[in-house]
Amino acid sequence: MSAFNAIGEEREIDRDEYTPGVEPQPTWCPGCGDFGVLKALKQALPEVGKTPEEVLTVTGIGCSGKLNSYLDTYGFHTIHGRSLPVARAAKLANPELEVVAAGGDGDGYGIGGNHWIHTARENHDITYIVFNNEIFGLTKGQTSPTSPKGHKSKTQPSGSAKTPLRPLSMSLNAGASYVARTAAVNPNQAKEIIKEAIEHDGFAHIDFLTQCPTWNKDARQYVPYVDVQESDDYDFDVTDRREAAEMMYETESALYDGTVLTGRYYVDEDRPSYQEEKSAVGELPDQPLAERYFDDDAEWERSYDLLDRHK
Amino acid sequence: MSDDELIWRIAGGSGDGIDSTSQNFAKALMRSGLHVFTHRHYPSRIRGGHTYVEIRAAGHEVQSRGDGYNFLLALGDSFARNPQEEAYYGNEEIKPLSENLDDLREGGVIVYDEGLLSEEDVAELDLEKRAKENGWHVYPVDLRSLAKEHGREVMRNTAGVGVTAGLLEMDLEHIEDLMEDAMSGDVLEANLEILHEAYEMVGDEIEVEHDLRIPTGEHETEQALLSGSNAIAYGAIDGGCRFIAGYPMTPWTDVFTILSQNFPDMGGVSEQVEDEIAAAALAVGASHAGAKAMSGSSGGGFALMSEPLGLAEMTETPIVLVESMRAGPSTGMPTKPEQGDLEFVLYTSQGDSSRVVFAPGNIEEAYEQTRLAFHIAWEYQIPTILIYDQKLSGENTNVDVEFFDREPEPDLGSTLTEEELREAAHDASGKFHRFEYEPDNDKHVSPRSLPGQKGGRYLATGNEHSPVGHISEDPDNRVYQMDRRIGKLEAIREELDEEHESNQTYFGDETAEYGIITWGSSQGAVVEAVSRLNESGHSVKGLSVSDMMPFPEAEVEEFLESVDEAMVVEMNATAQFRGLIQKELGRFGDRMTSLLKYNGNPFEPAEVVEGYEVNIADEDREPTAQVRIEPAAGD
Repeated sequence: MSAFNAIGEEREIDRDEYTPGVEPQPTWCPGCGDFGVLKALKQALPEVGKTPEEVLTVTGIGCSGKLNSYLDTYGFHTIHGRSLPVARAAKLANPELEVVAAGGDGDGYGIGGNHWIHTARENHDITYIVFNNEIFGLTKGQTSPTSPKGHKSKTQPSGSAKTPLRPLSMSLNAGASYVARTAAVNPNQAKEIIKEAIEHDGFAHIDFLTQCPTWNKDARQYVPYVDVQESDDYDFDVTDRREAAEMMYETESALYDGTVLTGRYYVDEDRPSYQEEKSAVGELPDQPLAERYFDDDAEWERSYDLLDRHK
Repeated sequence: MSDDELIWRIAGGSGDGIDSTSQNFAKALMRSGLHVFTHRHYPSRIRGGHTYVEIRAAGHEVQSRGDGYNFLLALGDSFARNPQEEAYYGNEEIKPLSENLDDLREGGVIVYDEGLLSEEDVAELDLEKRAKENGWHVYPVDLRSLAKEHGREVMRNTAGVGVTAGLLEMDLEHIEDLMEDAMSGDVLEANLEILHEAYEMVGDEIEVEHDLRIPTGEHETEQALLSGSNAIAYGAIDGGCRFIAGYPMTPWTDVFTILSQNFPDMGGVSEQVEDEIAAAALAVGASHAGAKAMSGSSGGGFALMSEPLGLAEMTETPIVLVESMRAGPSTGMPTKPEQGDLEFVLYTSQGDSSRVVFAPGNIEEAYEQTRLAFHIAWEYQIPTILIYDQKLSGENTNVDVEFFDREPEPDLGSTLTEEELREAAHDASGKFHRFEYEPDNDKHVSPRSLPGQKGGRYLATGNEHSPVGHISEDPDNRVYQMDRRIGKLEAIREELDEEHESNQTYFGDETAEYGIITWGSSQGAVVEAVSRLNESGHSVKGLSVSDMMPFPEAEVEEFLESVDEAMVVEMNATAQFRGLIQKELGRFGDRMTSLLKYNGNPFEPAEVVEGYEVNIADEDREPTAQVRIEPAAGD
C-alpha cells in the first residue's frame, strides 16, 4: 500500500503517543469514573500493538462522548446514541481499522438501544465500551435506563417506577460474542478486559461501571467488587451460553443489592464476525474501499456495461 | 392531443403481472422504433386492488404521460377472489374496466376479459350506451379460457398482448424476442402458444372496426428503456459510489435494490439496517473511513435522517442522500407521487443549513445530477441531496444508449494522500489541522484525511470545534468555522455556473411574453404543454429548475424579468417552490401565480394548458381538472 495507510506497521508503541500534548484537559468532574476508562484504554491500546493512527474511536453524546477528545487516536464524536452505526460502517469500509465505540448508559442503552441490539445481533467486529454510571450526567442527573427502581431524580421526583435494564443479558441474547463487566475502580482488570475485547474477533461489549460523584451520590462507588474469575465462589464456563446467562442474571440482580460482580461473562471464539460472514457470501470486498480510490490502476466498472438488460 | 400516438393502458389487480407485461410491451414498442413513456398507478397492497400501467408510444419524442389514453386492456382483478374461489370480495373484480372509463379518449379501444368479468357486472356499467356516446370500440375476449387452455390462468396477460398486437396490426417479432429473453422451457412455450392463438383469433373471429394502428417510427441510435431509479443508481455507480445503507420504503427501495444487486460484482458494500437513522449514520461512518457512500429514503424515513444529516454538515463528511417523495403528511399515500417535501429537505435538521439539493426533472437529469452530487459532495465535503418523486422513480422512458457512454469519476475530491499530509499543518501533539483552510482557498474547503493515514489524526465532532477537532465555544473560532461551512454554498454556486452546463432546462420561445416555471418530475408535462400553447398561438416559454440549494438566483431572476407574468407548476398544496423563489429573490411575488395538483396523480399536459388558459389568458372559468390556482401575492 502506497499512498494510503499507516496500518500494519510494526514497532514499539509508546503509551504517551495516545496522550495529547497540552490540550484539551478533561472536563470531567474530580473523582469521575470516566478517568478510569480513559486510563485503561491508553494502557490497553499500546499493549495490543496498535498505533494511534490505526485506531478509530467513535463516541456518542454525554460525558462519555468526550473520551476521544482526550485520546490521540483518529476519532469521531458523533451524536446521542449513534456511535454504533457510524462505527460499524467505518469498519465495513476499512476492516483494517481497529474500531472502538464508546458511550454512556443513556446514550447506548436508551436512545441508541436499537442500534446496540442490531450491532450485537450481527456481531460486528468492534469493541463497545458503555460507561455505566446509572445516571444522566451531562444533562444534570436524570434517571437513566440502568438507574435502580425507585430512584428519585428531577424528572422522576416520586421515584422511578421502571425496572432497570440488564445490559449483560441483553447483549448475550442479542448475539454479542464477548460480554464483560468491569469497573473504573479496578484498573488492572479493566485494562485486561479491554485488551481482550479489542483482540476478540466479533462484537465485544464491556459494561464499564463508572461512578458519578456529582449526580449520583447515593450510588455505590462499586466497591468492594468481586472479580468472578478470581473468586472461588463462582465457577462457570464463559464459553457456555447457559452458564454465562445464569451468571449474568445473578450479577445484574446482585448489583442493586450492593454486591458488585465483575469479570468476563461470555466469550464465543467460534462465532464468525459479521465481516467474515459478509465476506463468505461475497458481499464484502477484499481490500478497504478507500484503497481502491487511491489506486491509480484500479478498474472501475461503469453503468454503461449494465445497459444490455434495458435495450 | 395527437392521433399518431398509442397510449395503451393495461389494468388489473396487483400481482396479476401487469408490471412485467407492460415492461416487456414497452420495450417491444421501443424496439420497433417508437419513443415510449410509461406511467404506473398502483395501490399500497401486495395482491389485488386496482392497478394500471400506461404506455405512451409515438414516432415523435414523448416526455410525459398523455392526456387520457386510447387503448384499454382490462384484465379484471383475479385477486378479488381467494385462490379457492370460495369467497368473492364484492365488486373489486370489475374495477380494471369500470375505473378506467373516464380517461378513455373518444374513439378509443377496449379489450376486456369476458372470462373473468361477469356479464351482470359489465351490464351494470352501461358500457354499450357509453361506448356509443364516445365512439368506443369494445372487444370482449375470453382471455382466461385461452390462457388456461394452453398454460395457466395467470398467462391471461400474454393473451391480452396477443389480442392487442392483432388489433393494432403489430408485428410479433419483438414481443417474441423479449419473451425468449425472459423465460424458458414449458413456460416460454405455453406463453408463445397463447400469444399466437390470441393474435390469430383477432384475424379469424373479430371484426376490426377502429382506425387506431401501431404508430411508425425509427430510432437513429440505439435506445435503452430506463426508470428514474435506474438512472440514479447508475449515476451513483459512475460517480464512484461503492457503499449504500438503507431501510426499505416505497419508492426509494428501487434505488437501494438496484445498487444492492450490482455491488457484490463491483466491490461495493450494501447494508440493510435497522432504521433510517442508522442508514444515514452508516453512510457518514463509511464516508469518514474513505468510501463514497450514499443512503436515502422517502419522506417518512428521511425524517429520521435529519440527525445524521446535520452531523455530516458539522463534521464536513461528504454523503449523498436521495429522497423519493410520495404524498404526505405522515405515511400519506405510499404509492402516489407528490412534490411536497421540498421545504422539509431544504431545512430539516437544526442550525443553519449547509447542504446541496438537486431536483432532477427527467431520466437524463437524474443520471447527470447524481454524478454531479457525488462530485460536489466529495470536492466540497458537504452532504448532497437528490430530491425526486414516485413519478420519476417509476416511470420508464427511452434514452440514447450513447448518453451513458462515459467514464466513471471515482476520485475522493479534496482528500489528501499521505505525501500531501506530510506538508500539512499540525499542532504540537501531531494532530492535523483538518478544519482550517489556506487563506487563498476561495472554495472554503479544507482538505481532509482518512483514518489509517499517517499524519492525519484529528477528531471529527458534531460539536463546534477547533481546527484539529477539539470541542470549542470560542466566539472567533465559531464565526470562522461557520463562515467556512456556509461559504461553500457560494463557491458551489460559482462552480455550477462556470464549469458545468446549467442544471436548469429552458424550453419554448425565448422571446415569449409569458413564462411557466416548474421543478422536478412535473417538467415533462410542462414541456409538452408549452409547445402546445405556442402551436395554438400563445406566447409562452418554460423553465424547469433543478438547483434548489444553492439556488440559481441569476438564472431565475433573468427568466422572471423577461416575462410579464409567470405560472409556477408543482405537485403540492402549499406552493412550496414558488415560496422558495420569493424567498431567494426577495421579489416577484406579484408576478407569479401557481398551478397546484395534489390528488395523487401527476400532471397531464392538458391540465397545464388549461391552467394557463384559465390563469394567465384570463379565461373567466374554473378549471375542470382537479387542480388549484393560487393567485399572485396581493391579488
